[in-house]
Amino acid sequence: MLLTITYREKPATDLGYLLHKHPARPQVFEQSFGKVYVFYPKAEPEECTAAMLLDVNPIDLARGKVGSGFGGLFDYINDRPYAASSFLSTALARVYGSAMSGSCKDRPELAAKPLPLEVHLTNLPCRSETDKLKQIFEPLGYAVSYVEHGLDERFPNWGMSDYVDLTLKGTVRLADLLNHLYVLIPVFDRQKHYWMGEDEVDKLLTHGGDWLKTHPEMRWITRRYFNRKKSYVGSALRQLVSEEEAETGITEEPEADTLVADTGDLDVPPASEQTAEAVAEPIPEKKARRKPLNDQRLDAVVQAVRDCGAASVADLGCGEGQLLRRLLPEMQITRLVGMDVSTVALARAESRLKLERKAELIRNKLTLFQGALTYRDQRLESFDCACVVEVVEHMDPDRLPAFARTVFLHAAPKTVILTTPNRSYNKNYEALTEGKLRHPDHRFEWSKEEFTAWAEAICRDYGYNVRLSWIGETDADGQQPTQMGVFTKCG
Amino acid sequence: MRIEIPEFCLVALVGATSCGKSSFAAKHFKPTEVLSSDFFRGLVSDDENNQECSSAAFDALYYVAKKRLDAMKLTVIDATHLQENARKQVLNMAREQNCHSVAIVFNIPESILRQRNAARPERQLPEHVIRRHCNDLRRCIRGLKKEGFRFVYVLNGVDEVDSAEIVRTKMWNDKREEHGPFDIIGDVHGCCDELTELLAKLGYAPNETGLWKHPEGRKAVFLGDLCDRGPRNTDTLKLVMAMVEGGTALCVPGNHDVKLVKLLLGKKVQRTHGLEKTEEELLAESEEFREKVKTFLDGLVSHYMLDGGKLAVAHAGIKEHYQGRGSMRIRDFCLYGETTGETDEYGLPVRLDWTSEYRGRALVAYGHIPHVEPEILNNTYGIDTGCVFGGKLTALRYPERVLVSVPAKAVYYEPARPLIPEAVETNDDLSLRDVHGRMHVQTRLMPVIDIREAQTAAALEVMSRFAADPHWLIYLPPTMSPCETAEKEDYLEYPDEAFAYYRKNGIATVVCEKKHMGSRCVIVLCRNRETAKQRFGVADGTRGILYTRTGRHFFLDESMEGIVLDRLDRVLTASNFWTDFKTDWVCLDTELMPWSEKAQTLLQRQYAPVGIAGRSGLHQVVAALESACGRNALHFQVDAATSGQNVDLSAVLDDFKYREDCLGRYTDAYRAYCWNVDSPDDLRIAPFHLLAVEGQVFTDRAHVWHMETIRKYMTGIDPVFMATEYRVVDVNDPASVQAGTDWWLALTGSGGEGMVVKPETYTALRDGELLQPAVKCRGREYLRIIYSPEYTKPEHLQRLKKRSLSRKRQLALREFALGVEGLERFVAKDSLYRVHQCAFGVLAFESEPVDPRL
Repeated sequence: MLLTITYREKPATDLGYLLHKHPARPQVFEQSFGKVYVFYPKAEPEECTAAMLLDVNPIDLARGKVGSGFGGLFDYINDRPYAASSFLSTALARVYGSAMSGSCKDRPELAAKPLPLEVHLTNLPCRSETDKLKQIFEPLGYAVSYVEHGLDERFPNWGMSDYVDLTLKGTVRLADLLNHLYVLIPVFDRQKHYWMGEDEVDKLLTHGGDWLKTHPEMRWITRRYFNRKKSYVGSALRQLVSEEEAETGITEEPEADTLVADTGDLDVPPASEQTAEAVAEPIPEKKARRKPLNDQRLDAVVQAVRDCGAASVADLGCGEGQLLRRLLPEMQITRLVGMDVSTVALARAESRLKLERKAELIRNKLTLFQGALTYRDQRLESFDCACVVEVVEHMDPDRLPAFARTVFLHAAPKTVILTTPNRSYNKNYEALTEGKLRHPDHRFEWSKEEFTAWAEAICRDYGYNVRLSWIGETDADGQQPTQMGVFTKCG
Repeated sequence: MRIEIPEFCLVALVGATSCGKSSFAAKHFKPTEVLSSDFFRGLVSDDENNQECSSAAFDALYYVAKKRLDAMKLTVIDATHLQENARKQVLNMAREQNCHSVAIVFNIPESILRQRNAARPERQLPEHVIRRHCNDLRRCIRGLKKEGFRFVYVLNGVDEVDSAEIVRTKMWNDKREEHGPFDIIGDVHGCCDELTELLAKLGYAPNETGLWKHPEGRKAVFLGDLCDRGPRNTDTLKLVMAMVEGGTALCVPGNHDVKLVKLLLGKKVQRTHGLEKTEEELLAESEEFREKVKTFLDGLVSHYMLDGGKLAVAHAGIKEHYQGRGSMRIRDFCLYGETTGETDEYGLPVRLDWTSEYRGRALVAYGHIPHVEPEILNNTYGIDTGCVFGGKLTALRYPERVLVSVPAKAVYYEPARPLIPEAVETNDDLSLRDVHGRMHVQTRLMPVIDIREAQTAAALEVMSRFAADPHWLIYLPPTMSPCETAEKEDYLEYPDEAFAYYRKNGIATVVCEKKHMGSRCVIVLCRNRETAKQRFGVADGTRGILYTRTGRHFFLDESMEGIVLDRLDRVLTASNFWTDFKTDWVCLDTELMPWSEKAQTLLQRQYAPVGIAGRSGLHQVVAALESACGRNALHFQVDAATSGQNVDLSAVLDDFKYREDCLGRYTDAYRAYCWNVDSPDDLRIAPFHLLAVEGQVFTDRAHVWHMETIRKYMTGIDPVFMATEYRVVDVNDPASVQAGTDWWLALTGSGGEGMVVKPETYTALRDGELLQPAVKCRGREYLRIIYSPEYTKPEHLQRLKKRSLSRKRQLALREFALGVEGLERFVAKDSLYRVHQCAFGVLAFESEPVDPRL
């Protein structure tokens, strides 16, 4: 919310010419999100400090009046008025626009040459990425120092806050300095207050075109600037580097930090399983193309469906329809149901499967509906096969008996194909520290022994036989990431 | 001619064109009862005479017929029905719907038909068509009964048609006018000693003629299987037949009784399963008696609907959509139940369980399957407790729902398989149907609560992903509306408006309870695991639960939950609560503190970051502004300004100083509700409603009773459990109002959240309409953590004062009614699904997008 720039070469007040802001004249600039003040806490020949102060209106924020279209994005209890964010970038471009473009008719020689400058920025949210501060700013010629803040001095056990007060010292052109800040503040903050459009790529190229190309962290900066929005990242990278190199930049594995991002808001439905596991996927040593675990798992399930010869199949907990998409073309299947508890997931499945465009023969065999596996459901009571892929671990253990009754007692299909993670494999995921599970919504993950015991109890209680198998690469301890049980009804 | 038809049946009019079917139907039936093929031809094609659309017209007609029959409405199909195929469709529909089929045939001379046809201006059929119709009719009349029509009436000639009279007779099973009270008695199987003992225990006694009678006019209902296997079969028959004849009992047949009839009719039957014993006894009786038995048993009706349809009795039970109907399928179901066709390890048929899916409103009493203990599930009572196998003979008293048994004096017969023991797992599984789509819940406090499909869909997700075992969730607390927005400047909420709400609604006395700033927590505690299993159907070894307002386990750590429950049990035991209230379980509405216990994530992700960023940022801003204001160089003439961008920096400084102060107050506000919890000793739980115990829901008690009872029984023993401060305010007495207001100012001035103002009684009505059961009035400082740290800035406050409470208040009322209803149902031992629907409804309403700051 406060950005100060200090210049200490005599006459230091020339900073006023460079910024096009008179040191004796405090000014205010009305913006859509609130006000921007520019004033000089110090204006001596030896030292001159220009301050830019953002006054973001919290009530407007909460009511969605700013931050176009995102009524619910900002809450009333919100750090936006106090944090360094994309609002600051916007303010820089609007209020220091001339300085940013390097124009200065009174002191053109000063504008053109590197000057010793010191920047102080309050409350830059950078999570636990303080290492990154140096990696990003040092190559641009700054000495980096920062002060971290605890969340609450009364409760030291709550840990550190995301914010640092950042000080950069360096000899750089003022215009370059402003452009660096313009691009890099949202790279750290990541919550853009506006909807990113195609012109976002132009903005990055305008403000970062020349220096970003040679920055060792170019790809990281680019990805983060667009908040990993692939199409924009690709478009920008293609213009920054050669076509070929750009492609590898886009398909690169997302980093471990996204796991933290995905756990971000507990009220938001968890990201699809695929994302979460892709995140947790160990990064292969070599760039060898390996089939993603999710594909291996779905292949195994489809094969199990074929093997059991089922004509009617219910995918219980179908999510966005990844398995359904694979089962739809199977000629053996004449009736297919996708059930999920999330209506949002079902709507997505419907649009992803593009059913309305499919031939009637295909379209008519699939039905999607909402249901919950802890409730007995007559609609499920006449299927040859039920698939329960990566679902049980999303249930509290004390709800498993109800789940078992719904599926194995009441629905009672001839075959139940069930997959779930193998906890013993988690040590291979770097991002998973001891005891952590692969997805924030996982209530438990079973070891091989635990899964086997559960499966055997199911067989005993409900009259099934089970064949267990394990999917994915085997690690040094003989563990695989996914376990699968194919339950077959006795008699 | 007198045409007798059952009140509920499917009638087919059979006759050639122009034979007078339609005018007959119009004369004898309600217009809505008659579905005419001509009419449906018109509906689907705009032309009543268009024969080409017949197929579509009949599709539509039968669709409507099905809907009517589903609703048990008598239906008449007005079409020629001269083709066997057409009649088959009628019969199939009747069979599918388990209703009787009636054919009324119009046998009119061809000459008359021809005259009528000629007189019809709009549609004249060729003569050969009429001739063909007449031939078809003549050919079919005889075979109608054989085709499957239950009743066939033939009207010969115009006079008979004109003079015919339709009389609707009651269904045989319809005894809804009998209101009891009843004593329903399970399978006797010739155990006459136990039967007389049971009757005596129930208060019956034989009169001078030997007829067993109850002095208060109660009626016994026998569920069949009177004979076979036991020692005194003919005595049993004599006793029961006399009671039925004498009007002191009703009786439905069992499979053994039907087999006995066959034997008596001389049909070939296997003399097994004890029938040989009955036959032997009967052979010792007179021919006349055997004849009487045959007539009696043969005349029994498969099931009865009693007490206005609230009670159904049948030997093997009866599904909801069979009740009150009549067909062979239903008779078989009532006698034998449904089986899978497989046999178990004892060679007995495997039965299909209909009770776990039963959702009917009628209580069903049945016998047939011997259990060790009566089998009670979803409003069904299986009361065959295997007397003849050495178990006991059981009666269900209705409407009391009390079970009375006498033990067997001997094992008269070895069972083929052991009696079914009590289930280890409860099989009261919830069904998706119970909570799917649009729901209507009838409650005591609001007649019908309508819950939309989108709301139930949202609730399904929350319930199934996050909530605890539904057996525990007998109550979800309602949302609470704040008071109207304060008129007083500087305040968003102030006690005046809370008092005014009740004053204007005619409530003189209100109770102001301190609003603890913690998290809502409902506690269910059983004295022991046995109660948890028996009463709540939770058999996983837990004895209670603490859950949040959305039904989630309060503690993710099970051991913490267990410790808190144990401590509460010790408190209740020490205070004699269990004995004083004669209960083995209790349900409490409480606030659990500190807030940080549940809201840790929220605090660390949202509240504390805003606090630290705001305080540190604003501090630096103020320093920079002070420095700028303080320096001498600041002499730019504001009034000489050339643009509107000039600013008075000292005003900006004042503004930011105020804001820095706000952030400090905001931080103090949330800090007051946080402390570290290292052990359960650090928790504080303030119960404020004693919701229910066995047999009682305390929503009929005043709030002061709740406060004082909680203080007496739950506080002062273990510091974790604390009382809630409260004041009683007379809203019509200015001094009392002032005292209440001062109390609130003191509470909120020292970091308190505020208070909850409640009417004196738990539920308060005005002109029969439910009033808000409580309104909250929150403190000025507390609201910083709701409406943003700086909300007290006048320009913000002005905007925030425009808020609407009506939506929130509607929800509060409906959720309150559902919450109370859930408790009432649970205490009345209603089925799990009926209790669950109430909690589910609350959750469904909570999915509504309402301003979360209210």
